[in-house]
Amino acid sequence: MTEVNTDQRVVFERPRALEPVRMHYCPGCTHGLAHRIVAQMLDEFDLLERAVGLAPVGCAVFAYDYFACDMVEAAHGRAPAVATGIKRVRPDLFVFTYQGDGDLASIGMGETIHAAARGENITIVFINNAVYGMTGGQMAPTTLPGQRTSTTPLGRDTKSAGNPIRVCELLSALDGPAYIARVTVTNPRRIREATRAIRKAFRAQLDGLGFSLVEVLSTCPTRWAMSPEKAISWLEERMIPYYPLREFVVAEALRESNED
Amino acid sequence: MPVPRGKRILMRGNEAVAQAALDAGCRAFFGYPITPQNQIPDYFAAHMPEVGGVFLQAESELAAINMVYGAAAAGVRAMTASSSPGISLKQEGISYLAEAELPCVIVNIMRGGSGLGNIAPSQSDYFQAVKGGGHGDYRTLVFASWSVQELYDLTRDAFEIADRYRNPVLILGDAMLGQMMEPVVIPEEVVDPAGLPRKPWATDGARGRKRNIINSLYIHAPDLEQVNLRIQNRYDEAAEREVRYAAEDCDDAEFVLVAYGTAARVATTAIEQARAQGIKIGLFRPISLFPFPAQEIAALAKRVKALLVVELSLGQMVEDVERMAAGACPVRFHGRTGGVVITPAEVLGAIQRLAAEARA
Repeated sequence: MTEVNTDQRVVFERPRALEPVRMHYCPGCTHGLAHRIVAQMLDEFDLLERAVGLAPVGCAVFAYDYFACDMVEAAHGRAPAVATGIKRVRPDLFVFTYQGDGDLASIGMGETIHAAARGENITIVFINNAVYGMTGGQMAPTTLPGQRTSTTPLGRDTKSAGNPIRVCELLSALDGPAYIARVTVTNPRRIREATRAIRKAFRAQLDGLGFSLVEVLSTCPTRWAMSPEKAISWLEERMIPYYPLREFVVAEALRESNED
Repeated sequence: MPVPRGKRILMRGNEAVAQAALDAGCRAFFGYPITPQNQIPDYFAAHMPEVGGVFLQAESELAAINMVYGAAAAGVRAMTASSSPGISLKQEGISYLAEAELPCVIVNIMRGGSGLGNIAPSQSDYFQAVKGGGHGDYRTLVFASWSVQELYDLTRDAFEIADRYRNPVLILGDAMLGQMMEPVVIPEEVVDPAGLPRKPWATDGARGRKRNIINSLYIHAPDLEQVNLRIQNRYDEAAEREVRYAAEDCDDAEFVLVAYGTAARVATTAIEQARAQGIKIGLFRPISLFPFPAQEIAALAKRVKALLVVELSLGQMVEDVERMAAGACPVRFHGRTGGVVITPAEVLGAIQRLAAEARA
């Protein structure tokens, strides 16, 4: 047995809300960071015994193996509707979804917009990596103009393949949301900002303020065919100008809480 | 105003469905408007708040069935209702509910199809109802009513059966049954949801227990096979315990007419007329369509001269009747499609042709 030096104290550890298992995500993918922030908030607000998480269809489909609370796997795009069903019958539970761009902004856009419009008191963590990762790198609703994917091999031509959707801006037009923000996790400062945003989103639900969504711009080195390092710079240089990082909706009751 | 109990009152079929659900302890309804079932959500909107339950008009049929999925996952008795085109849209969610082993009740007040069809009574969703409906190796347990009282009784039982088998239960009615008013007796006793057994598998917060996962994804094929076999075992058990039917005038019958729901209702008049003409014909009315009354039909086929299946479709249940009869006697069919309701006169004609064929 190792002797414990009483002068030492734990300053950083795995959140209790994250199962001690090996994740399936590719090297350099930022899902792991986003998972960690969500788990940290589940710990911070002591929600493990009353949280229900919704896993999407996409790369995060196995999220139910990673978050250490009750979890429900939803059909592709339907997580906001399933979350609505849970939250409506059990308002005392903390209900969050974790969804990618194809799931949330393509096949599930109807469920997303209507949950937001209802001001459904749920929290959505939205991972935007501008590509369908799991199915092989196809065009996503958030794929940038000119971006190459397996279904836009010459780059996304907006004349035929349409334009990307800015989800936060779109939802900001509605009266239902209490908190909407776009963040990323490409460096420690941005991770702190992302943590702050997800904390506010959790706070919005816990205070009964209504719908909250945090979009996390994420990397997909595998499908972008880049090294993890290059993927970080591509996100910074290409995605952020198209998807500006900021808070879009902040309910009055959330404004003063800038705790870090 | 509370519904009068324990005495005959006039009630519309759709309203009886909703009252039955409330009395069964259903505390969550999610639906999307579609004719001819609109009095169901209307009734819930008015009366669900009285019992502290959840009524929510969803943005789509897809959202509605997925809200049911969520409420069922949280351990609450939940339901949705729709009509044929809407039920098609719900099939994705029903497949997920079945594989995730979640109980719920779905009501289909059938209308004429295919496509947008029309809003007239029809039974053309039989295949969709009893053969699975969505993708995968699952079934819904299906019960078909022929009266407003039976709509009440079956809907009420459906919640017990759904919980027993952890599977979606489908109630089939049609535009006729949903819209018409008949005398019903609503019983005094109701189910208090607080008194129902806890669902240890529910995702309702991992307090004092290991966390629960509700899922229909089993990436390792042998795992999924095991789950599907477990679910199949429940269907086998349901086939032992849940078969329901009504047989009238079958004991001395030389011919038996097989029909369910509104078709059976119309057929009773024709059967009376045929009996008056000396044709010994009875009515066999399946009430559970899955599990199907297989043994009973097989036994009938062995002792009658012929079976006549009557449906408001171009012939769907007749395939199951033929399968159970297994060549033991001729199986004939009469049906109308597209929302056209058969008349007693044309059913009588079909019976007379059957009798003539047997004499020849």
